[in-house]
Amino acid sequence: MELFKSLTVILLGSILINNYVLSRFLGICPFLGVSKKTDQAVGMGVSVIFVMFLATAVTWPIQTYVLSEFGLEYLETVVFILVIATLVQLAEITMKKYMPTLHKSLGVYLPLITTNCAILGVTINNISDGYNFIESIVNSLGAGLGFLLAMVLFSSVRSKMEGTNVPKALKGLPVTLFAASIISLAFVGFSGIVDNLWG
Amino acid sequence: MEIIPAALLMLITALIAALILAFASRYMGVKVDDTVRRVRNCLPGANCGACGYAGCDSYAEALAKGDVGPELCLPGGSEVARLTAEILGIDPCETRKLVAYVHCNGTPDVTQRTAEYDGLMTCSAMCLSCGGPGLCKYGCLGCGDCASKCPTDAIFIKNNIAIVDPEKCISCGICIKVCPKHIITFIPVEAKVAVICSSHDKGASTRKKCSAGCIACGKCERSCPYGAIKVIDNLAVIDYEKCTGCGICAEICPVSCISKLGEFNIKYRYKPTQNNDISK
Repeated sequence: MELFKSLTVILLGSILINNYVLSRFLGICPFLGVSKKTDQAVGMGVSVIFVMFLATAVTWPIQTYVLSEFGLEYLETVVFILVIATLVQLAEITMKKYMPTLHKSLGVYLPLITTNCAILGVTINNISDGYNFIESIVNSLGAGLGFLLAMVLFSSVRSKMEGTNVPKALKGLPVTLFAASIISLAFVGFSGIVDNLWG
Repeated sequence: MEIIPAALLMLITALIAALILAFASRYMGVKVDDTVRRVRNCLPGANCGACGYAGCDSYAEALAKGDVGPELCLPGGSEVARLTAEILGIDPCETRKLVAYVHCNGTPDVTQRTAEYDGLMTCSAMCLSCGGPGLCKYGCLGCGDCASKCPTDAIFIKNNIAIVDPEKCISCGICIKVCPKHIITFIPVEAKVAVICSSHDKGASTRKKCSAGCIACGKCERSCPYGAIKVIDNLAVIDYEKCTGCGICAEICPVSCISKLGEFNIKYRYKPTQNNDISK
């Protein structure tokens, strides 16, 4: 039960409170770039969940059993980037061979998120927060779900904005950034909820 | 000496990664159609999405299928269009249907300036200060925002007017977007005539400001045998669906603001005009 409680706290924490896009400001580039349409945003979000899960499942053992073992913790950024890039490539090749339909819908986003900072951020945070393997996996799933949530929310805001009469000076990116900051403010309201979830 | 284990570790990791990828692509790789691969190699690989596809790969696939023409790639421009058309065995000219055209002929000898402009020499800055120094508020500002943005250098400024070389134009539409006066539009590449004025002022008012401007007399509208010209909002507009290129309108226009095209707009758009005197 204790385990279940702590895992829920981690999961909800990484979805709502420490949302990687809206609170930690990682992965802003795909957040602004691919959020114009909701179906694209969902595709991107699902790909990010998939890659975050895989990346964590591979980098955590590497950090614990290889880098820490030899006292080379400072190499984690470089090694993680290398490993994640290889992993995404491998996943893409495998997917193209065995799951062509899935590749058609997710494939275009995979190269874009190869070395996305949100993905690297999750894997490095897992280490620096001292999570064990299961906690890391849950945290990465939560981070991915949080990313998906942020993308879907923001894409609906943006599709609402399409039809509005924006002042000329704010058209395009400026008004998008305003909207992003307001959504991010809304997420501040969640802070403190999860800490007292189980009394 | 601390560097040795670190370097070794990186080397081993990279080696393992490379081997995994090499084996994966050797044994699990999906054969890509040869045409798609060759077309893909021609494209810039920026994955910018300007063509309307998700990336260079999907554009290459659409090209190989024959769904679209090779002119959609903006960063690649005409060079890429030529190469891809060569591979696909189609004529790059056939696929190009539109060229940009500047609808203004307000050279300094037909219109005047009301003020000396002394600011930043770009059209957009000029347009912000009371719509520019020219008497006509619709016409070309001549600072060449379009020319500097044109990816193929198809636009140059002659006599304070931007001119598009239809041979070099790849119809990317960038000039149309950047022109603050919105006087550049697409016309069909085979069009024989075009209106070289954008003024929506009333005839008399236009006439005072520019002797080459459209005075909305409606003569073209009445004399076009195919009903292809309409004067809309004090400006002649040609419907290229109906236009046969007979050229009657260009001959009868009293201010010669309908120009014959071809031979690079009759050698840099033709002169304002032989029968310039309106009283005739």
